[in-house]
Amino acid sequence: MLSRTFPIRETILAGAIVVLLALIASRFAGFIAPSNLARVFNDTAPLIILALGQMVVILTRCIDLSVAANLALTGMAVAMINVAMPGLPIPIIIAIAIMLGAVMGAINGVLVWKLSIPPIVVTLGTMTIFRGIIFLISDGKWVNSHEMSPAFTGFPRAEILGLPVLSWVAIVTTLIFAVMMSRTPLGRSIFAVGGNPHAAVYTGIDVGRTQFQAFVISGALAGLTGYLWVARYAVAYVDIAGGFELEVVAACVIGGISIAGGVGSVGGAVLGAIFLGVVKNALPVVNISPFWQLAISGSAILIAVAFNASAGRKKGRIILKSAEVTS
Amino acid sequence: MSVFKRLIASATMATAIFATPALAQDDVRIALVVKALGIGFFEAAAEGAEEAAAELGNVEIIYTGPTDTTAEGQIEVINSLIAQNVDAIAISANDTDALVPALKRAMQRGITVISWDSGVAPEGRQLHLNPSSNALIGNMIIKLAADHLPEGGDVAVLSATTTSTNQNIWIEEMNKVIGDYPGINVVSTVYGDDLADKSYREATGLMQSFPDLDAIIAPTSVGIVAAAQAVVDAGKVGEVNVTGLGLPSEMAGAIESGASQSFAIWNPIDLGYSATMLAYELSQNGVEAAPGAEVPMGRMGTLTLDDNNEGAMADPFVYDASNIDQFKSIF
Repeated sequence: MLSRTFPIRETILAGAIVVLLALIASRFAGFIAPSNLARVFNDTAPLIILALGQMVVILTRCIDLSVAANLALTGMAVAMINVAMPGLPIPIIIAIAIMLGAVMGAINGVLVWKLSIPPIVVTLGTMTIFRGIIFLISDGKWVNSHEMSPAFTGFPRAEILGLPVLSWVAIVTTLIFAVMMSRTPLGRSIFAVGGNPHAAVYTGIDVGRTQFQAFVISGALAGLTGYLWVARYAVAYVDIAGGFELEVVAACVIGGISIAGGVGSVGGAVLGAIFLGVVKNALPVVNISPFWQLAISGSAILIAVAFNASAGRKKGRIILKSAEVTS
Repeated sequence: MSVFKRLIASATMATAIFATPALAQDDVRIALVVKALGIGFFEAAAEGAEEAAAELGNVEIIYTGPTDTTAEGQIEVINSLIAQNVDAIAISANDTDALVPALKRAMQRGITVISWDSGVAPEGRQLHLNPSSNALIGNMIIKLAADHLPEGGDVAVLSATTTSTNQNIWIEEMNKVIGDYPGINVVSTVYGDDLADKSYREATGLMQSFPDLDAIIAPTSVGIVAAAQAVVDAGKVGEVNVTGLGLPSEMAGAIESGASQSFAIWNPIDLGYSATMLAYELSQNGVEAAPGAEVPMGRMGTLTLDDNNEGAMADPFVYDASNIDQFKSIF
């Protein structure tokens, strides 16, 4: 358990982030000013929250491609609720967002659990369905900043102890997940289901039910992020966070969460998200041609994954390893 | 629902057909056909058409269109207008080619046909009125920034994607006329990919890379809104002016917060006004629509036609604190 809390992979990734920061600082010194690092962290907060939800899903050998669409639909729904009822307190808005997201996650979960449809197919389908629903409820129109109430857009920006609420939400979510994954039966069953589903069944864990729970968790976090996202950018329209699901999966993969399930950690997911967040925030200020930026982001992901894969291979079973050499 | 809509549409048409003979026969009847009824942009265009009609005196405007944005719906409307023998049809088309046969038939009956906003293929109309031209837009976006920088200053461009055709052409046109604005330096061009989060990040990056930045020009509706939000969050309202192309409904918040002094987009009222004026000139004053012709359009000046019988109405219309409230509910 201790090696899972402070494993080598996370230390290496943290080191890579420090090296990356040093490289960026050599081209743009202001980037590593504490205030800017706090800003980068705040900008990365939605990615961290979503990556934690995605981590749980990936650990159970599933994948959730509908997170960005879920985020956009919840965001549009709460924005429209806010326009219709400007007086509704923010805690209620947040509760609605989490519940809406959880319901959408539960739809994914039920389809995977009860109908045994492959998760990638289910979530690809719901991804487009959710986007379609946004178009239906909004009629393709935008919800704009002047229509939202000041409290609605102000909440993620409000500062507590020098950090915006958005950052605090990411920090609190991370802490909850650290406890959940290492100290609760749910956390253990998530690892068990992904690590060896057959063995998990023999220990009395319902594999499908655990996967369902993972989807609900991921959906609830996507819903929460939906509100935070729309409030932060003060605009809601059909295409918000388009393609963001791939960034979320990338953050998990960079963080060393095995797509095959069962291997990964909260620290890894958070560091993976921060790594991507640093790259995304650094590219605009280091004065690199925009034509190269996409290639650079892609290469960073590939290098990190290749590194993780080679680091992970050393942990393979010794018996198989010698067999590989002889063949 | 569809049947119900059709019934309503037919009933409207029937009423129109039976009602017209009762009106003064010597009125010039100009039909303003829009993509669909009930869209704020087109309602505003109809307002402009009425303004032109009042100015001309003897003109009756028939504001019509299908209930949803289909070419079939517009063909039905055109056929009914042919039956009513209107004097002119000014149409914003749902399809470039599908309407051509119906509009050809209208022209054979001596009805003047022009398209505006969204064009019809050249054989289906006598002229097409574009709201603006690439050159005018390119000039306008830099002018918007320069107008608020009498001492000169540094501006940056926040575009959509690196491959967006419209934005690239506008930026190219802007760079051609940059010499007309001495003291204005374009320090950088960045791409927000028309994503709110990436545009926001790029705008923040611009303000960090260029601490003395005076304006961000975003010729894209997603980019301009995101940049305005980034300026508000960075506490740089008053230092960095966000401008470019956006819709009044989407930019009302940015104008209110002061992050944007002004921005531009077509004015639907002027568009409806000009379309009516053009239709009147062609139908009543015997003006020939031919390449190179200059057709007068009242207070909007004249329309010069190019080889395809197309012309650009005017500079994009500037929206600021003085008129945003009037337009934010329109489109």
